[in-house]
Amino acid sequence: MEISIIGLPLLASIIAGFFGKLIGDRNSEIITSLLVTIAAILSAIVLYEVIFNQYQDNIVIATWINSGTLDVNWSMKIDSLSAVMLVVVTSVSSLVHIYSIGYMSHDPHKPRFMAYLSLFTFAMLMLVTSDNFIQLFFGWEGVGLCSYFLIGFWFKKDTANKAAIKAFVVNRVGDFGFALGIFLIFYLFGTVNYSEVFQLIPTITDKNLIFLGIQINAIDLICLLLFIGAMGKSAQILLHTWLPDAMEGPTPVSALIHAATMVTAGVFLVVRCSPIYEYSELALNIITIVGMSTAFFAATVALVQTDIKKIIAYSTCSQLGYMFFAAGVGAYNVAMFHLFTHAFFKALLFLGSGSVIHAFKDEQNINNMGGVYKKLPYTYVLMIIGTLALTGFPFLSGFYSKDAIIEFAYLRGNTTGYYAAGIGIFTAFLTSVYSWRLIFKTFHGEFNNKNIKIDETHESPLVMLIPLFLLSIGAVFAGYIFKELFVGHSGTNIFWQDSIFFLKPLSTEHPPFWFLVLTPILVILSIPISYYLFIKNKNLTKQIANVNKPLYQFLLNKWYFDELYDFLIVKPSKNLGLFLWKFFDVKLIDGFGPDGISSLIKRFSLKAKKFQSGFVYQYAFVMLLGFSTLLTFLIIK
Amino acid sequence: MTEITLGHYLTLGAVIFTIGIIGIFLNRKNIIVILMSIELILLAVNINLVSFSIYLGDLSGQVFTLFILTVAAAEAAIGLAIIVVYYRNSGTIRVEEIDKLKG
Repeated sequence: MEISIIGLPLLASIIAGFFGKLIGDRNSEIITSLLVTIAAILSAIVLYEVIFNQYQDNIVIATWINSGTLDVNWSMKIDSLSAVMLVVVTSVSSLVHIYSIGYMSHDPHKPRFMAYLSLFTFAMLMLVTSDNFIQLFFGWEGVGLCSYFLIGFWFKKDTANKAAIKAFVVNRVGDFGFALGIFLIFYLFGTVNYSEVFQLIPTITDKNLIFLGIQINAIDLICLLLFIGAMGKSAQILLHTWLPDAMEGPTPVSALIHAATMVTAGVFLVVRCSPIYEYSELALNIITIVGMSTAFFAATVALVQTDIKKIIAYSTCSQLGYMFFAAGVGAYNVAMFHLFTHAFFKALLFLGSGSVIHAFKDEQNINNMGGVYKKLPYTYVLMIIGTLALTGFPFLSGFYSKDAIIEFAYLRGNTTGYYAAGIGIFTAFLTSVYSWRLIFKTFHGEFNNKNIKIDETHESPLVMLIPLFLLSIGAVFAGYIFKELFVGHSGTNIFWQDSIFFLKPLSTEHPPFWFLVLTPILVILSIPISYYLFIKNKNLTKQIANVNKPLYQFLLNKWYFDELYDFLIVKPSKNLGLFLWKFFDVKLIDGFGPDGISSLIKRFSLKAKKFQSGFVYQYAFVMLLGFSTLLTFLIIK
Repeated sequence: MTEITLGHYLTLGAVIFTIGIIGIFLNRKNIIVILMSIELILLAVNINLVSFSIYLGDLSGQVFTLFILTVAAAEAAIGLAIIVVYYRNSGTIRVEEIDKLKG
């Protein structure tokens, strides 16, 4: 049963990918959706078993590499952590599959799209159920590859191709660090299996290594290298630039890959490696700082963006930052909890925005929307639910997970912790403002679209609304139902067992009451504030933007990260590439290599050609010359 | 008055031989000149044969000379015939225009 959770999406992908033309669009859609849905149901059963029967297993499917001490299996490790991820991945994936049937209804390449989606699901499942770093890396690269395929799905669009390549290349930077981390683990322990590595970690706490000329603690180095990989995949600040661009892909892809599952792989990695990270104070502090910087940075950028999907993309980036700083302050279970709830409401928001884009016939700029809440009643309500859940409105899922993160940051009790908590609260406020800005600009105010009339906008078909509805149930109730299990002071260790390792037990104190109510009050207050700013008194907003022009431009241009990278990395590498191509390759290698030799031969043969004059007397002369030479030679000898 | 020795005859043969060879290569005009040069070469060889025949007192050298003369006559006849045919076919027997081997 467990193996079929992984096998079914792979099977679906093979069927739709190789035989899609044969069985037709509709059949590919049905088969892939059905198989992934079955996998989702099986995952739910597994989670049920894990919760109630403390089910744990490590199923070895096959031996992969067995060479010397390197012993790697294709395996399926089932514990609390992977069971949670299984449910997140398969459930969101199956809903996205179903949603895609409606969303991609005008697309000519449906089987290919469904095959990619299923293949992605397979790779993601390989990633989360791995029991060693190599299979993890396999899944890691697999999801990266599928992400590349799907961002560039509309391959005729130049921007989509560029975004796909950008995502792939930026991820390579992270993966380089990740691979080095795995090498280091193998170098130090001679094994890559989690259980053995985690057991050996305490034995090397005092070991130091020289890396790039710097003496550094071995565990710190492992953690930092692995975290670089996590930063790339989870779009943390410095390696985040690919995520907003990735929105060039179809919206279901953004919901599945760039919101709910793949980008959370980095968080999963850190949580999975908690037995390593717990021994590295340095790495945890860096994770906290990176996480909160990302949360803050992305939230500020999201405030001024106008592309509906980019706003949500930056919001994802920001929420991933929350997850990282939860992990950074040692509250791995809270990070997982936020990952779990975030998957639902962010997928909901993305699919909802897809529904809006669909209604406006592929319009993505929120300045060209507005006033359609009566025309899209279901989408409107569902988007509101998603927004409430995201902003942490009391008693919705985001409330429990996000507040738990801020609380645990506060309870950490050191400087980074307090700092992170402060930033966390402020970012929560920003999150709320930009989310409501999106809602108000999209659904309220005046209708601003010049291309289509308001009467032409239409509600999406049922096949798109049902997944939205199911996700909204998750967005509303997931927090309340699972909070005791995931982060409750009593339930935590019983549920997580040894899948998450705490060096010192988490603090069981409660933060002061004013601290607890601070975030919800800010979140609720932000609703009228945004309404006032973006609907009632738009001039004020414009004035603020005009007065703070440099700041506004700074945010609008995403802190100039792309320009900076362009200047620092892209341009120099391009110039280097051009130099190597035009000069080194063409002039030197080709000049002296193939081209040089061939032109030499050509010139030589042109000379040799002259020997064939066609005059008999010259031939005779040469014969005579040769004969006399031979004769002379023989005589002298 | 010096006595005419074998060396002189051989020198004469060599000179004629060389003239024949040079005649072949320096000639740019007429193919008949080549034919004549070939005759010269043969005659040079004949002189050598006769000289050695007398010097060694062996008659077979002179017998060979007669054979060569006969063959040379036949060869000249065939050569001229070829030239005639060639002229009929290509309208020229100028050496510098005969370069069909060039392809």
